[in-house]
Amino acid sequence: MPGRARQNRAMGHDMTETSANMAEGTQKQRVQFAKLFRTFGTVVIFVLLVIMASSQSDAFLSERNITNVLRQMSGIGVMSVGMLFVILTAGIDLSVGSIAAVGSVASAILLKDYPLPVALPMVIGIGAVCGGVSGALVAFFRLPSFVITLAMMTAARGIALIMSNGQPIMVGNAGQALQNFGTSYTFGLPNPALVMIVIFLLALVVLNLTRFGRLVKAIGSNEEAVRLSGISVPFHILSVYVISGALAALAGILITARSGVGSPSVGVGNELSVIAAVVIGGASLMGGVGGVINTFLGVMILGIIGNIMNLAGVPGYHQQVYLGVIIVIAVLIQNASQILRRH
Amino acid sequence: MAPLIELETISKAFAGIHALSGVNFTLNPCEVHALVGENGAGKSTLMRVLGGEIQPDEGTITIAGERTSLSGPTDALRRGISIIHQEMALARDLSVAENIFLGALPARIGWRQLNSRARTLIDRLGFRISPRALVGDLSVAHQQVVEIAKALSRDVKVIVFDEPTAVLSTGDASRLLQIIRDLRASGVGIVYISHRLQEIYEIADRISVMKDGRNAGTVDPGSTKMDGLIRMMVGRPISQLFGEKQAATIGETILKVENLRLPNGVRNVSFEIRRGEIVGLGGLVGSGRTEVARAIFGADPISGGQMQLNGRPYMPRSPRRAVRRSVGLVPEDRKGQGVILDLPIRMNATMANMAPVTTGGFFRHRRERKIVKDLIDTLRIKLGSMNDPVSSLSGGNQQKVVLAKWFHADSDLIILDEPTRGVDVGAKTEIYSLIHRLAAEGKAVIVISSEHAELFGLCDRVLVMGEGELRGTLLPEDYQEEKLLTLSMMGSATGNAGPRPTEQSHGA
Repeated sequence: MPGRARQNRAMGHDMTETSANMAEGTQKQRVQFAKLFRTFGTVVIFVLLVIMASSQSDAFLSERNITNVLRQMSGIGVMSVGMLFVILTAGIDLSVGSIAAVGSVASAILLKDYPLPVALPMVIGIGAVCGGVSGALVAFFRLPSFVITLAMMTAARGIALIMSNGQPIMVGNAGQALQNFGTSYTFGLPNPALVMIVIFLLALVVLNLTRFGRLVKAIGSNEEAVRLSGISVPFHILSVYVISGALAALAGILITARSGVGSPSVGVGNELSVIAAVVIGGASLMGGVGGVINTFLGVMILGIIGNIMNLAGVPGYHQQVYLGVIIVIAVLIQNASQILRRH
Repeated sequence: MAPLIELETISKAFAGIHALSGVNFTLNPCEVHALVGENGAGKSTLMRVLGGEIQPDEGTITIAGERTSLSGPTDALRRGISIIHQEMALARDLSVAENIFLGALPARIGWRQLNSRARTLIDRLGFRISPRALVGDLSVAHQQVVEIAKALSRDVKVIVFDEPTAVLSTGDASRLLQIIRDLRASGVGIVYISHRLQEIYEIADRISVMKDGRNAGTVDPGSTKMDGLIRMMVGRPISQLFGEKQAATIGETILKVENLRLPNGVRNVSFEIRRGEIVGLGGLVGSGRTEVARAIFGADPISGGQMQLNGRPYMPRSPRRAVRRSVGLVPEDRKGQGVILDLPIRMNATMANMAPVTTGGFFRHRRERKIVKDLIDTLRIKLGSMNDPVSSLSGGNQQKVVLAKWFHADSDLIILDEPTRGVDVGAKTEIYSLIHRLAAEGKAVIVISSEHAELFGLCDRVLVMGEGELRGTLLPEDYQEEKLLTLSMMGSATGNAGPRPTEQSHGA
């Protein structure tokens, strides 16, 4: 993916740039207009959904329901932070769901032999290694991330099945502390949701205030220009996959903490929800564009949609169709300025 | 004879800003009508009106005596108007023949017939390119030939060339001019947009000058001299273009290159450059100039030879190492390699040296803003806000952002590959004075350019490359285009063994 896709995009820039060379003011306005749609499109959708949902059902805005949504989405949310980093570099990580399964199973197993403060870092480390393998192949051998992480998706799922012998593993007494943590509240929020929020806040800091965050965005916009500024591109690409893998394992831990079971079937199909959340949040799969707060809103939008339809009694099969429609609407709004310009 | 095209009082505004106001433009058959002006003057917008890409707010379009409007690019094509854009619109993964007939491909492709028709068209242009070759594998010059053949494959009456020679070497450019003369003789009307005035005087029958969205005048090349034309464009005579050479003191050697050899066939490159020097790297496109620059910067692998930087051995395996040793590169492809278009100007400017603006990996935003503000003042970058994306800037100002990176990195050796390509006259002058300033501050500067006047105007000496070899050095007393070309082409594959260059003063 990198070479050709980037090149084409560079050419695309050239086109729009020359065509708008004339009226620099116009160009600037357009850029800002497009940015507005991208950043606030997600906010608008989020607000509309909340208004719609609360008018549909009184139960929606109840504290219990809101904490429910937050808890349900905590796994997806944590994974979507890692996915955001990967997508910002113009890559994709299809393996997050499977690595979450590895994390879920590994935490149940390791807790039997190690105390909590040792076991959990080990689990996150395993996730980081899985991500690191994909990352190294993408960063150093320039292989397409789609294919590499597809392979990792299959392999990691296999590893989870092997480790657990295909059976769910109860955390039992050894994991009681973890389960207590996963099912209790702090500051009125379920702990898994709190972990998700902390991760989002950390990501917010990393992406906006650090050198690493700026370079991740820069690499997604124009890898070659970053390289020719004397910056190691492979290091940063490898890093985002390590982050994604580690966070996927953390998501697995959260799921185990909530249910008290380490299961190899955790996170099946989650990679698609996670990608959907990041895309609804306005990130571009071409890289360089995307934000932490918007990704959080993307995750919440996904959660709310499911929630409203459940409250309204929409059957599960129908829900999937509506979800597809809503993803398309979100992307249409985000790209509205470009679409309107063309027609 | 009725004009082919008459554009009258064309106006076009984008979001309230006038890109064109009341422009008149006519094109006759058998005519080359050149269009000049600074970037942003309205040349491209006018041509987009002619190509049906945008609809004017006011004004009339008359084609072959018939008042009309153009509904879109397809409509323009149908009426015989072809536009050859600066950035070519070819499908890189398709063959030459497929590209030529793209848009008019029959449902069932008869390959033999398609290829032979393509060959006829290319032959007519005097080139030998296989119709089966993939366009992505061709040189830029040959891609341009394919574009022209594509235009000729339709019944074309008007061809617009938008800076066709910007990416061509001198030899290819003169062949292109010959093609344009032949097209003119066959009755085609040609609009020729270029920043290279010499070419325009070689070929144009009439010259229109655009300034600030208006037609500042249409002149006859016989009666208006080049400096007059430049004054119409910017209000400044040509002699001031290169600026005063600031008295730079030549210091110790910064870079010493010995027998540099690269995997792509570049060999025998040896030279030295000292503090305060501006050294040109000349020769035709494809002679290895860019390759040498990229190798010194660590962007491409090196297969042999030695280098020394500031007296220590230097063999960069990546741009990162080169930057650490205080080398900077302003690459040839500004938008593809120089700037990150979507990122703010501020972030681009500090990209090559983040240490002064970060603490422990965290940005110190106030400090960064202050540094960038100083850079903007020093380089006189015209912008709205330093937080606007680089894409909001004109070409010249984008190039200044790339320069700002290396000003900020405080590099000892800065290599500029085609620093003024696609840059308007005003910004060119400013870039020249920035280059002088670097030299005056004791930096060493290497300038690569296809514009010989630029090399001669800027450099203390010019190293001439040909076919991957360093063929000699020109000193200011030898600054003549013929000498440069002779040196560069000596021993080329033309078959006649010309005299070897007597001058082999590597690193004078």
